[in-house]
Amino acid sequence: MDKVFYTLQNFMTHTESVTYLLVAATLVGMTLFWLFLGSGKNED
Amino acid sequence: MTEETIAENKSFFNLFNICAGIVVVIGLYITYLRFTGGLAAVTNLSDNNPWGIWISFDLLCGVALAAGGYVTSAAVYLFGMKKYHSAVRPAVLTGFLGYSLVVLALQYDVGRPWRLPYPLVVQQGTTSVLFEVGLCVAIYLTVLFVEFSPAALEWLGLKKARNLAVKLTILLTIFGVVLSTMHQSSLGSLFLIAPSKLHPLWYSPYIPIYFFVTSIIAGLSMVIFESTLSHRFFAYKMDETHLKEANGITLGFGKAAAYVLAGYFAIKVMGISAGNNWHYLKTGYGTWYLVELIGFVALPALLYAIGVREKNLILIKWTSVLAILGIILNRFNVCLVAFNWQLPSSERYFPHWMEIGISVFIVMIGLILYRFIATRMPILYAHPDYKDAH
Repeated sequence: MDKVFYTLQNFMTHTESVTYLLVAATLVGMTLFWLFLGSGKNED
Repeated sequence: MTEETIAENKSFFNLFNICAGIVVVIGLYITYLRFTGGLAAVTNLSDNNPWGIWISFDLLCGVALAAGGYVTSAAVYLFGMKKYHSAVRPAVLTGFLGYSLVVLALQYDVGRPWRLPYPLVVQQGTTSVLFEVGLCVAIYLTVLFVEFSPAALEWLGLKKARNLAVKLTILLTIFGVVLSTMHQSSLGSLFLIAPSKLHPLWYSPYIPIYFFVTSIIAGLSMVIFESTLSHRFFAYKMDETHLKEANGITLGFGKAAAYVLAGYFAIKVMGISAGNNWHYLKTGYGTWYLVELIGFVALPALLYAIGVREKNLILIKWTSVLAILGIILNRFNVCLVAFNWQLPSSERYFPHWMEIGISVFIVMIGLILYRFIATRMPILYAHPDYKDAH
């Protein structure tokens, strides 16, 4: 995390890579959260 | 509510009126000091800290918490969720009063109220984000006034004018959503100019998106909170439809709030990643950031979800309070706590008691006006002449 970046290219490659992984996790997480929200007691 | 309680409330010297009277008298006195002695007489503002709680609370929180108007109108009129119709008028009224009071509060901060229209008619700063905010708020306040007007016109018995205003509903709702999207996000954009002043954990190129998304959370939570208070204090004014639809509104808005909060949590984490600011989480500011992110974003998302799954209305209502506090905390953090974070503590801002007094005074004016309108106009019930109009 405290890694030193010597070029903007390195910085962007690192941060974008981590962010893309988070985006993928979010897509899965939000789907699961939606299923969690709707799986309670029956709707009226 | 029992007849005895209603009779007690009708007495002029009840608890609310006494508290309101004290706050109004103190507020008027501070107003006199502000407009005769200037900012220095009543505030701790300085060149380093030109924005205090009149901006962070009255303006930033006021605008966010008044978002229930556009959120509810969009849900009902644009997305066709008619089962939430009874929430529209209270939400629009809250929004209208909220924005009116934001403009009032701004007069205290800016001064010279007679110059309020200057940016519109004398000197347009079209390259300024603040100009866009001012223009949007001015137009949106007019939109809210027209959206609210059917209730007042029904009360006054002006049928033709009321029918004309109702015909504009869809157009006004579209205007409301567009204008709110613009100025809610632009309030965040104001901080884009200060990357060196705002702590990196709160500063992000995505801050306009954060402000817009949090306004949706604030709007949804405020509708739940306001509906809870209305049921507590104005249940005797509500008709059968309002009472019947209340639980559905709480569940539906709670579900929406849970999902939006979860999405907001995700984009906040992405913001840390995009700026590679992970190392700041180990500092004192990082701990405070995690308190905000986990305690006031992730926790309410989870509690809303559990409340919706279990159909636990009490939990959803209490969670709405937590979510609203979270929005207030976020605005305070962005505007005050994390702003000028590199200055020594001796040069940091802490509000003068009279600044807090004015904020309380303005909130109290809102409560008085809401009470005046809700007990007289058809806000919490359908007017007998227009029962089948929806």
